[in-house]
Amino acid sequence: MLRSLWRYRYFIMSSIRGDLKGRFARSYLGGFWFLLHPLMQALIFSIILAEIMRARMPNVDSEAAYPIYVLSGMAAWGLFSEILNRSLNIFIEQASAMKKIAFPRLCLPIIVWGNALINHVLLLVAIAVIFLFFGHLPGLAWSYIVPGMVLISAMAFGIGVFLGVLNVFARDIAQIMTVAMQLWFWFTPIVYVKNVVPAKFQAVIDLNPMTGLVGVYQNALLLNQGPSLRSLIPPVIISVVAVLASFAIFRRASPELVDAL
Amino acid sequence: MTSVLSVAGIGKCYSTYRSNLQRFANWFGARVAPSSEFWANRNISFEVKSGEALALIGQNGAGKSTLLKIITGTVRPTTGIIGVRGHVSAILELGLGFNAEFTGRQNILHAGGLMGMSQQELTSLMPEIEAFAEIGDFFDQPIRVYSSGMQARLAFALATAKRPEVLIVDEVLSVGDSYFQHKSFDRIRHFKNQGTSIILVTHNLADVRALCDRVILLDRGVVMKDGSPEEVVDFYNAMIADRENANLKVEQKRQGNGWVVTRSGTYEISVGEIVLVSADTEELVATARVNQKLKLRLKACASEDIPRLVLGLMLRDRAGHVVWGSNTWHTKQILKNIKGGEVIEYTFQFTCTLGPGSYSFTPSLSSSDTHLDDNYEWRDNAVVFDVVNVDYPFFLGSAWMDATIKIGRR
Repeated sequence: MLRSLWRYRYFIMSSIRGDLKGRFARSYLGGFWFLLHPLMQALIFSIILAEIMRARMPNVDSEAAYPIYVLSGMAAWGLFSEILNRSLNIFIEQASAMKKIAFPRLCLPIIVWGNALINHVLLLVAIAVIFLFFGHLPGLAWSYIVPGMVLISAMAFGIGVFLGVLNVFARDIAQIMTVAMQLWFWFTPIVYVKNVVPAKFQAVIDLNPMTGLVGVYQNALLLNQGPSLRSLIPPVIISVVAVLASFAIFRRASPELVDAL
Repeated sequence: MTSVLSVAGIGKCYSTYRSNLQRFANWFGARVAPSSEFWANRNISFEVKSGEALALIGQNGAGKSTLLKIITGTVRPTTGIIGVRGHVSAILELGLGFNAEFTGRQNILHAGGLMGMSQQELTSLMPEIEAFAEIGDFFDQPIRVYSSGMQARLAFALATAKRPEVLIVDEVLSVGDSYFQHKSFDRIRHFKNQGTSIILVTHNLADVRALCDRVILLDRGVVMKDGSPEEVVDFYNAMIADRENANLKVEQKRQGNGWVVTRSGTYEISVGEIVLVSADTEELVATARVNQKLKLRLKACASEDIPRLVLGLMLRDRAGHVVWGSNTWHTKQILKNIKGGEVIEYTFQFTCTLGPGSYSFTPSLSSSDTHLDDNYEWRDNAVVFDVVNVDYPFFLGSAWMDATIKIGRR
C-alpha cells in the first residue's frame, strides 16, 4: 500500500499544488479568504469575551492574552476540522475518478491532508505577524506545535477516513458530523478557558482528546511552555486507534467502496 | 500469438443489505446474507490474444461497462480472476483527472501521474503528446479556456501516449471533429498492428465491423455469443427485434462458403424459395459478371392471416457493409390483407453494378418499414453470390461505374 503511494507521489504533490492554484486564481484576495475566516472569528470572540475571560486566565495579565489564546486554539481546531470534514466527503467527491481510473485510493485523503497542512502553516504565519503587533514575541517553545500538528493530523485523518468510508454507504454520517463537530468545538476549551467549566464537567473536558491538543498550541503560543504530558495521553491513544481503525476499515471496505459510489 | 488477457469465470454481484450494519459486520467476518443480489456479470470467460481487437456489444444494462471496469481494475469481481500480461491502458472517460487551472502541459504531468506514469516518462513523451494533440499555443494555457474538443484531443493524446499491451476503449471515439476521429482510429489501428489487444465497447456497429476481429455479445450479464463480427452483429440485430416479440425465434448456422445465415422472426409468413437467376436465361446464378442483368426471385408463404406486408432487401459485401438496401414501403408496394395459405411471389430485377467480390442478399418480411414492429422473418445472408470481372478493364471497389477515360494530348 505504501509503495504504491510512493509511486503516486508526483500526482499527490501536483494535486496539492492544483488546489492552491485554484484558490488563488481569478480572485483578488485569493488564498487570503481562508485566513480571514478564522481571524474574524477570533476577533469577534475577543471583542465580546476578552474582559470576562482575561480575569480567569492564570499566570498572564496582558491585554493581548485572550486574543492570543483564542487564535492559538482556533488554529489547532481549524487543522483538525478541515482534515476531518474533507476526508469525510472526499471519496464521494472523487467518485467518477475512482470508478474509472485504477489508482491507490489512499492518495485522496493524503491530498486533503497536504492541503490542510499548507493552509495551517500559512495561518500560523499570519498569526505570528498578528502576535508581533501585540508585542508578543515568538519563543523556542513554539516548536512544540510541530508534534501537536502531527498528533492532530493523525487523529483527524484516522477519524475522517474511517467515517469517510462509512459515509459512502450511509450518507447521513456527514450530516451527523456537522452537528457533532459543532458540539465537539464547544466541549473543547478554545473560546473559554478550562477553569471556567463547572467541576462536574471537568472529567469530560479532560477525556476530550482535543483538549490536550489544543492545549499544546495554547501553552506554546501564549505561555511559551511545553505541553503537559498527562493531557496528551488521551489524544495519543485515540490517534493511534483511529489511524489503525481507518486502515483496517479501508482494507475491508475497498472491494465494495466503488460499488456504492 | 499468445494470450495477453485472460478473463476466467468473472462474476460481479451487487448486494443490498437490510441495514448497513449488516454490511459492515460482513467486512469483519460475519456471514450475513444480503437481502437482495444483483448479478451484473455472471461467469464470463474469454481470452484475448496479442493484436486481437475485441468488441463488446449489448443493450444498455447488459453489463459491458461493469466488465470493462473489472478488467481495468477499478471494480473488484465477486468471482473469477483477471490475468493480464503487460500494461493495461483504459480510456473509460476522456479528461478525467484534469485540473482546470493547470495548462495542458501541467495537466499531462498531473493526469499522467494519476494514470501511474512516472514524471521522467511523461517528460520524455511530452513532445509527441503535444504534436499529436495539435492544439497549438493552447498547450501552454489553462485548460479551462479549452473547447471540449480540444480537451478531448489532449486527453486522447495522453491516454495513448505509450503503447499498452491492452487498450480498453469505452465509447469515447465519437468525440472531436472527424479529422481527429480518423486520427484516433489510425492510432488505435497502428497499436493493433504492433500487437496491442483492443477491447472496444460501442453501440456503433459500423466501428465494430471496421476495427474488430471478434465480437462478444453480452445480454443480462452473460456471454450470449462470441464469434466473428458479421455472425454476432447479425445475431444482435435479430435479438433487438426479439425484444419486441416474445414468441420470436432466432436460428443461426454457418454454411460451407463461410457465410452465416441468421434467421429470426415470428413466422406468420416466411421466406420460402429464394433464388438468384439470370434475367435473360432464367438460369440459376452463383457467380455473376459485372453489369449482368439479374433477378432475385422470392416466394413468401403465409401460414396465418396478416394485415400488412413489406418486403425489405439488403445487399452486403463480405465485410458486412451495406452496399444497397430498400423495401416495398419505400417503393409504395405494400400488400394488405393476406390470407393464410397465400403464396406471394416477388421478383426483384437489377443490374449487377458491383465490383468483384462476394456479396449477400438479406430479405426481411415485416409489417412496416422497420423490422422492429412485426418481424415475420428476417434472414441474414439468405442468398450469397460472387461477382467476377471478365468483360471490363481492371477496377477496384465494390461499385462498377460505367466510366470511360478520355485523353487529350497536345
